[in-house]
This record gives sequence, structure tokens and C-alpha cells, in this order.
Amino acid sequence: MQTYTVETFEEWRGIARQLLRSRVSPGDVCFHEQSSQGSLFDAAQEEQSVAAAEATTVISVPPKFLNLARVVACHRDPDRFQLLYRLLWRLTTLDSRLLEVHTDDDVYQVRRMEKAVRRDIHKMHAFVRFRKVISEEGEQFIAWHRPDHRIVRLAVPFFARRFPAMNWAILTPDESVVWNQTELVYGPGCSQRDAPAPDELEDLWRTYYGAIFNPARIKLKAMVREMPLRHWKTLPETEIIQELLDDAPRRVAEMIARQEGHARSAADHLPAELTWDALRDAAVICRGCDLYRDATQTVFGEGPTDARIVLVGEQPGDSEDIAGRPFVGPAGDVLNDALAQAGLNRAEIYVTNAVKHFKFERSETRRLHQKPSAREASACRPWIEAELKLIKPDILVCLGATAAQSLIAPGFSITRQRGEFLPSDWCGSTIATYHPSAILRSPTPAQRQATLSLLVDDLVRVRARLNEITHGTVS
Amino acid sequence: MLIEQKLTILADAAKYDASCASSGSKGTRTGSRLGTTEGMGICHSYTPDGRCVSLLKILLTNYCIFDCQYCVNRVTSDTPRARFSVEEVVRLTIQFYQRNYIEGLFLSSGIIQNADYTMDQMVLVAKSLRVDHKFGGYIHLKTIPGASDQLLEEAGRWADRLSVNVELPTPADLKMLAPEKKAPEIEEAMDTIKSRIDQFKADRKAGFKPDRFAPAGQSTQMIVGATATPDLDILNTSASLYSKQHLRRVYYSAYSPIPHADARLPGRSPPLVREHRLYQADWLLRFYGFQASELVAEADRNLSLDIDPKLAWALQHRDFFPVDVNRASRELLWRIPGIGTRNVDRILSIRRHHRLCISDLKKLRVAWNRTAPFVITHDHNPGLRSLDKLGLRDQLKVKEKQLLLFDSDESSIDGQL
Ligand code: SF4
Ligand code: SF4
Repeated sequence: MQTYTVETFEEWRGIARQLLRSRVSPGDVCFHEQSSQGSLFDAAQEEQSVAAAEATTVISVPPKFLNLARVVACHRDPDRFQLLYRLLWRLTTLDSRLLEVHTDDDVYQVRRMEKAVRRDIHKMHAFVRFRKVISEEGEQFIAWHRPDHRIVRLAVPFFARRFPAMNWAILTPDESVVWNQTELVYGPGCSQRDAPAPDELEDLWRTYYGAIFNPARIKLKAMVREMPLRHWKTLPETEIIQELLDDAPRRVAEMIARQEGHARSAADHLPAELTWDALRDAAVICRGCDLYRDATQTVFGEGPTDARIVLVGEQPGDSEDIAGRPFVGPAGDVLNDALAQAGLNRAEIYVTNAVKHFKFERSETRRLHQKPSAREASACRPWIEAELKLIKPDILVCLGATAAQSLIAPGFSITRQRGEFLPSDWCGSTIATYHPSAILRSPTPAQRQATLSLLVDDLVRVRARLNEITHGTVS
Repeated sequence: MLIEQKLTILADAAKYDASCASSGSKGTRTGSRLGTTEGMGICHSYTPDGRCVSLLKILLTNYCIFDCQYCVNRVTSDTPRARFSVEEVVRLTIQFYQRNYIEGLFLSSGIIQNADYTMDQMVLVAKSLRVDHKFGGYIHLKTIPGASDQLLEEAGRWADRLSVNVELPTPADLKMLAPEKKAPEIEEAMDTIKSRIDQFKADRKAGFKPDRFAPAGQSTQMIVGATATPDLDILNTSASLYSKQHLRRVYYSAYSPIPHADARLPGRSPPLVREHRLYQADWLLRFYGFQASELVAEADRNLSLDIDPKLAWALQHRDFFPVDVNRASRELLWRIPGIGTRNVDRILSIRRHHRLCISDLKKLRVAWNRTAPFVITHDHNPGLRSLDKLGLRDQLKVKEKQLLLFDSDESSIDGQL
């Protein structure tokens, strides 16, 4: 029986090669991890074998096996070298394709070890956590990690490729390694006491970790299987796991409470059959959003129900809210003026708003207009949709962004896209222009005049288009 | 707003996105000084919900002008809003990457101003990472529907992977719940990306050194369970995306109810197991030679929830079995319940050395109980008797039904069925 002390793959390969050449069968050899016998004796024998073998055969070993052996040699199982030699013997003397037989006992065991080592390497790539340390030599990133197997040399070239321009070091109990942006320098092992102090980024990392966790699904077993407890000490995010778990029931209850109930909207109040009378009656008592609470009344559309043009504003203002009719206040005056300048007759036009209740904020003396939110606009949309469905106008004019965004496209910008005819879901000739109150809000008379003339221009376009449609030049 | 608060809001808003993988890019960009995309995606951490943390998965902003009914970020929702600047996302990515917390960035966004503006901001993030920081890690950009070809082109130049979400399984679903998103627009974006990827490959084959274009390909995501669309239609959509657009992955995301949802949406999520069954069926489409129509045999055109789709197929086609593992072709072996593609490869190579016995299959970790009625080995022949048993389906159901209904089945992740 020959006995060898082997620590690394290279040592094992050298010895195994000699043994094979001298045809020493696996049963006649024993590999030890720690030296227990005189190493001089081993060395002497080694040289002897080399000399004897040199003259004899060339042994061919599948390269696949060598790669496998290099990995398996890092396993901590004390029998690994024995097993590898047995497999090598069988491969070279009996069946060179033995590795294909996954269910062979030796192959099976070696593959299991291989898998364990590869997994460990993979976990090292995943779980090394660098901490930034600033010293006189500059910035360095240092990690402490405890692998299961002796994988440092197999695992760290990955980090050299990934972080070539950083100075970094990884400390493990077996050995340490430093990267100086040119080469990997290996040194002795370290204890966890040598690990650097926490990095300030760790708080932000924990914030992220907490935010992506879905409290409605707790699968601790799956987590621990993939992120074994023994690695938790070096993973800063694991500090908050308990906290996250304790808080999960509260977060879930909150999620459920928030989810309850469907969105309210005017759709809940639409009449079963779509006629003008039913529609107007239903709108009077709409509770589709909260705006009905503070306003005086619903302000529905007004005008001939067979109108060829529909004008849609934003919402009723103070005077409209009191009168119960659209565009009768100061904005209505501007509109009437613009329509007259463009040669259009308001009596032939159906005038309405995207939102049917007045939204305002109370100041000491007045009720100040407030823009309706997207949520309110969408809650109210069923009314305008029903109006358009009944009228089927030839031309739809959106006054201001609220109407345009509700009826043309969500991102619609009046300044950039006004004055152009576009097809919309409601009307083949849809156009948007300034809201009359934009003119009222203009800071100087000159600007007021400029905006008004743009509004008039657009309304002139509307009249021209109406003529074209009448004469069949466009549809 | 503090960066912590933004991160909380914008990571939370991204958490239901199913596609987290960082795989698919071979080799690292030349000239990179920080980061690689070698090998399979690495999971740097796991959250207590059992999911892997691989990428910094965030939204650039959750402000949105659209009103997709299934989405918490829709304009009419009252969810808290935040917006990152381009520099903030870049800095966060670099800082996390340097500490080895992540494999890279997965960036999506709500739509602000318009599609092009939003896409441009996202492209700026990717470009700054690549150009200013020589970042070689993984970048996945979720494209914005309706963004210009030119921006898609640029996005593909900097990103490893692009995705265009089909969102819902059919154009009719889309019209109902996300009327602002147009099916043809989505398809067009996919076409654009596909043809650029093809062009890149062709150029490289012809010996040129073209600029990289989305080397990890494109993927998509669809929400299941928000509409009544059955699994058969979902799988047909996937099958056509795989064959026509050459997508790398279709991700299925079970609809999760959102606050103040539209009344047309269901009040609860579909059972999680449905999502897993779809993933299993998806593997069978891509790697096992199954057709969508073969997999959905149930009368209601949905996959069965209590057993996996391969087993369901086998039980419907008992005349096809038992299959002899020592003789059958690869394609036939793929059809055996409990034997995955990896084990089929192993069986084929072992077969050259000896005839396989039960012990071989057990060592290969085949789910023997499930497999036994369907295979002949050197020392086992179930005959037709057990195949003819009426109760076979119940007998083969996984014991821990509990687990299956709430937990992900391994096979929906690794594809070994
Ligand atoms: S604003 Fe519109 S939806 Fe809201 S209550 Fe008034 S009519 Fe109904
Ligand atoms: S566009 Fe995207 S973010 Fe905006 S509502 Fe639709 S799904 Fe949500």
C-alpha cells in the first residue's frame, strides 16, 4: 500500500500520473490530506516513479475529466482524491467514456461533489459584499466571506474581470486575495474580526430590499434554501428580515383595505336606456365622484341635440354653478365674442363640459376655480361620452387641456398641438384650442389679444371645415 | 424628496414586474471598466417571499399620463408619486454594483409628457452608464409604447435586453383595459427590435464588427387573470411571439388587485398556481415540442390547475404509453411525465453503455412515482393495467396540494418537467 499526502489538484495530478504509468491500481494506494508519515519517503518514491514512467506509455486522459477533477479537488471531503484516482483508473484502463454514465456510483459521487463546489463558487460570486474603505492609499473595497469549500482560487478570477478598475480584497478563513488592478495576490486566511466596518450604502441597499419584498407572499423555506443561514452574517440585508416579517401582516391588511371597493364613476349612474331625457335626469343626481358635495348643481350640456358642432370645456365656473347652464359667466362672454368673430352662431352649437360639477376652493370672499384631477375627469367621462354618442357631431372642439386630454390623448398639449384636426374615438374631425378662461388669465392686454386671436383662428378653421364637410370635400 | 423615499416608492412600484432575470448576454462589452455579463444570471439575494434579487429593478418615475386599468400607476390612481433624475439612477446603479449587490439595472417607467420624452430619459440613463462610467453590467430597458424607432435603436445600442410589454393576452383585452395602448403599435416596436437584432447578427456573420444591439434579445410580459381570456389564447399568443418575433422569454404576471380598480376587473388575483402552470406550459412549447392546442385539452380551454400540463397530456393520451426508456427517440422521451430535457440527454448517453433500470432513473432524480406508470425500463414494465386505472389522475396528484396551490413549483422555474 502506497500512501500520499495531497493538498491541491496540482499535487494530486503529478502523483496520479506517476501511479498510472506504474499501473498502481486504486486498491493499492491511499491519499491523505494531512501529512502523517515521513514526506521524504514519499518524495523519494515519487522521483523513482517518474524515472520509471518516463520511458513507458503516454496516457491520454479526457480533458473533460481534468476540468472536473480540478473542481472536485476543492471539495472538503477527505476522500475526494481517492475517488478521483479510482475514476481516473477506470477511465484510462476500462472505459474512456465512463463519464457519460451519470448513474455509475463513482461518476455519481464525483458529479455530486462537483455540483456542490460549483454551487459554492456561484454563491461566492453572489454573496461577496464589498465595503468601501478609504485610507491613505485611496479607496479600497473589502469583503469578508466564508465559502464552504476551498474555492478561492477558482472563484476570484471572476471578480478580477468584473471589477478590473477597483482596488479590492476578499478575505476568507482559508486564504485572502488582493487585486491591485493588475494581478491577484494571494495571502494567508483571515478571521471575521478582520472584516471592515459597515458601508454607508448598506442602509440604502436595505431600503431597496425592503421595498421589493412582497409581504403577501412569504416563502421562508425557499429563501433559506437559496440563501443559507451561514452566509447571513455578511449579508447586510438579512438584518431586516425579522422586521419585514413582523410587519408583513400589517402591510397585507393595509393592502387589502386599500383594494376594497371598485372605483366610483358616473358609469354607475348612467340610465339603462340612452335618451336625452333619461340622461339629463340621471345626471342631476350623479354621485360618480366627490365633486357633487360642495357644488350647487350638475351643469349639463346645452344646445340643439342635432348640432353639427360640439364644444367641450373643462368644468362649470362660479356663475355657471349658480345658473346651472354652461358658459354663461365671464368665460362665456369671451366664448360668445370669439364665436361671433369667427362667424359661428352659438345657437347652432351644443356646448358642454368635460366635468359636470364646479370644483373650487373657498377664499374669504370668493370661490376659486380648481382644476379637476385626472381621477375626477375620468369619473365624469361617461356623461360626455353619452352626449357625443347621441349627437354624433361632424366636428368636436375641445377647449383647453382637460377636455383634450380626456377626449383626444392623455398627454395632449394645447400649446404644441392646438389648431389641428385629428381623428378621435368620438369624431373624425376633432380639434383642440385654448379655453376662454386662458384668455381671461392672460397677464397683459397684448397677450390677451394674441391668445384670443388664436382662439378665433381655430374657430375659423372649424367653420371652414364645416363647409368642406357640407360640400363633401372631406368627411 | 430624499433618495431613500424615492427608492422606496419606485422600487415598490416595480416589484410586480415578473422579468428579473439577468441572463442571455454572452461576453462582456469591450472597453468596460466596471461590470460583466458573463454566464448565467446571479441572484445576489433573496427576499422572504422567496424571490431572487438580481437587478436593481426600479421605475424612473411612477407618474403616468396613461390610464391602464390594471396598473397602480395609472393617472387616476392616488398612489404616492416620485421621480428619479437620470443622474440618481446612474449613481445608485454604480454604487450598488461596486459593492456586488446587483448584476445590473432593470429600468422601466410611467409615461411623462409623451412616449418619446420618457424613452429618451431612459436611454440617457443607459447611455451615461455605458459611456461615462464604462459600465459593462446588465441593462434591461422596458421600452415605452409609441416611442420612435430612432429611440428604440439607441436603446438597443446601450441595453442588453429590451422588452416591449404586450400587457394583455389579446388585442380585445387591451382595448378594454388599456385603450391608450394600441396592439399594432406594440407589434411594430417588437418588429423594429427584431429586425435590428437580425441585422446585427447578419452583419457579424458577414465579418463586420457592428455595434452591439440588445445582445440578450427581447422579452415581453403579459398580465393574466385581469380578463376572462383562457389559457389557450394566452399560449397561442406566446407561441406566435416566440415564432414570429423570436422573443427570448414571455413572462406571465398574475394580476394583483389594485386600489380603486375599475369595476370590470376581478376583485382578486387568479390563483398563483395558474401562473406556474402557464410557465410550465411555456417550457413545453419551447423545449419539448408541444403545441399549445395539445396542452389545453380541458373543456373550458384552460390548463388544469391540479396537475402539471405534461402529466395532464399523458393522462389524456394513455394509448401513447408506456414508453421504453431504452429504445424510444428523444422526442418520445420528452413526452414522459417527470423526465425533463436534461435527464433525457443523460438517458440517451447512459443507454450507450447499459440498459437503464429503475435505480438509474431514481439516481437521476426522476419523480419516480409520477413516471412509473408511463415507462418501461430494463426491470420494470407497468403493462397496461395501471394505465387503464380510472383513479390514476388522483393517485398522481402531488400529495402536498397545499404547497402547490401557493408555492411555486420548481419546474416552472427550471423547466424540468
Ligand atoms: S363631477 Fe361628474 S362624476 Fe363627479 S359627481 Fe359631478 S357629474 Fe358625477
Ligand atoms: S402606461 Fe404603464 S405605468 Fe402608465 S398606467 Fe399604463 S401600465 Fe401603468
